[in-house]
Amino acid sequence: MFGPIIAKPGTSRKNKTGSWRTGAKPKFLQKDCIACRLCLILCPEGCIEGTQKNSFHCDYDYCKGCGICALICPKRDIEMISEEK
Amino acid sequence: MSDSIKKTLFASGHTACAGCGQSLAARLVLEVCGPNTIIANNTGCLEVFSTKYPESAWCVPWIHSLFENSAAVASGIEAALKFLGKKQNINVICQAGDGGTGDIGMQALSGMWERGHDILSICYDNEAYENTGIQRSGLTPYDASTTTSPAGAQSFGNPRPKKPVPEIANAHGIVYVAIASVGYPQDLQKKVKKALSLKGPKYLQIHVPCPLGWGHATELTYQIARLAVQAGLYPLIEYENGELVSSFKITPKPVEEYLKLQRRFRHVLNNSEEIARIQETANKNIKKYNLVVKNN
Ligand SMILES: Cc1ncc(C[n+]2csc(CCOP(=O)(O)OP(=O)(O)O)c2C)c(N)n1
Ligand code: SF4
Ligand code: SF4
Ligand SMILES: [Mg+2]
Repeated sequence: MFGPIIAKPGTSRKNKTGSWRTGAKPKFLQKDCIACRLCLILCPEGCIEGTQKNSFHCDYDYCKGCGICALICPKRDIEMISEEK
Repeated sequence: MSDSIKKTLFASGHTACAGCGQSLAARLVLEVCGPNTIIANNTGCLEVFSTKYPESAWCVPWIHSLFENSAAVASGIEAALKFLGKKQNINVICQAGDGGTGDIGMQALSGMWERGHDILSICYDNEAYENTGIQRSGLTPYDASTTTSPAGAQSFGNPRPKKPVPEIANAHGIVYVAIASVGYPQDLQKKVKKALSLKGPKYLQIHVPCPLGWGHATELTYQIARLAVQAGLYPLIEYENGELVSSFKITPKPVEEYLKLQRRFRHVLNNSEEIARIQETANKNIKKYNLVVKNN
């Protein structure tokens, strides 16, 4: 392979990296959220969205379960729960 | 998948490890750069996890060629855009890990800085050659255990201090040199914006914790990045034309608070002499960059 190889923009979205989670996933309680946006800013997968208070949630197709969002939430409004639930 | 997730310029589905600081930083950088950006990328984790063939996480033009040459590739892109009269509205970026920047890529980078190209070079500093299995680089900090500087009966890990790439960049007389951290996303994005507003060569080094290589829990990426700054080990500073124009003020925390969360420093935790050496590095930074506000 010595020639240029070209891939289409944003096609990584085909990879459903959510299957990588090893037991825990975040649960967005949507009770005490103050819409500080910290979880959205800090998710390495860029898979959290929301605008208003108590509207934030993630796309489990991509969430790798790192736990950053749950640890950073100042209102403890995101909880890591076991995958089965 | 909803529209807002679809709109990010650095797409989900990349294959970085869970909690990877570099993948987070790449998205934060690209948010500021916007769509009118062309990126050349050295080999390394970022290149590998963002472009698992035949897919790509990038939603801007992005080129990978070799481990050592993104600065040369970017130089060519910039020159071509200038020739076509299109440089005005397009950001050109070359980016790499710490190995790709400070070791193997240094020659191309030095040439690019010296020739005065209007390019922002970004170093995602995870302090080792992570993609090939955590070998030490010139930017690995003192005492960090890596696979090529393993701690053991004969060694406390990496025996050398961190290579001062920002100072090397400054020696080229370039317009802007700054250090940022994923632990301070707002400061990071402000620095990207500032860099892009200036014409000429710019260098931005971003501290990006690597859960795999540093041996820390995936959820601690943000906290660990902040502790490095708060300890004085990773000063967030900014130079314009060689003059220090800002330094992020801290209330210093002992270095142990940063070290104790990472497996790569586990062997020094009970060794007061080694801790004192690391603390000395922090103290030197605090003094040199005036990191502490003095009341009175
Ligand atoms: C000329 C050459 N030598 C070695 C390699 C193997 N290699 C690929 S990525 C890498 C490490 C990259 O380290 P760094 O630049 O710090 O980026 P990181 O993976 O840590 O983000 C190495 C040694 C290569 N691709 N090309
Ligand atoms: S657990 Fe990690 S990957 Fe999943 S939504 Fe939270 S921050 Fe994102
Ligand atoms: S090895 Fe480190 S830098 Fe590479 S993808 Fe994993 S966490 Fe990120
Ligand atoms: Mg590296």
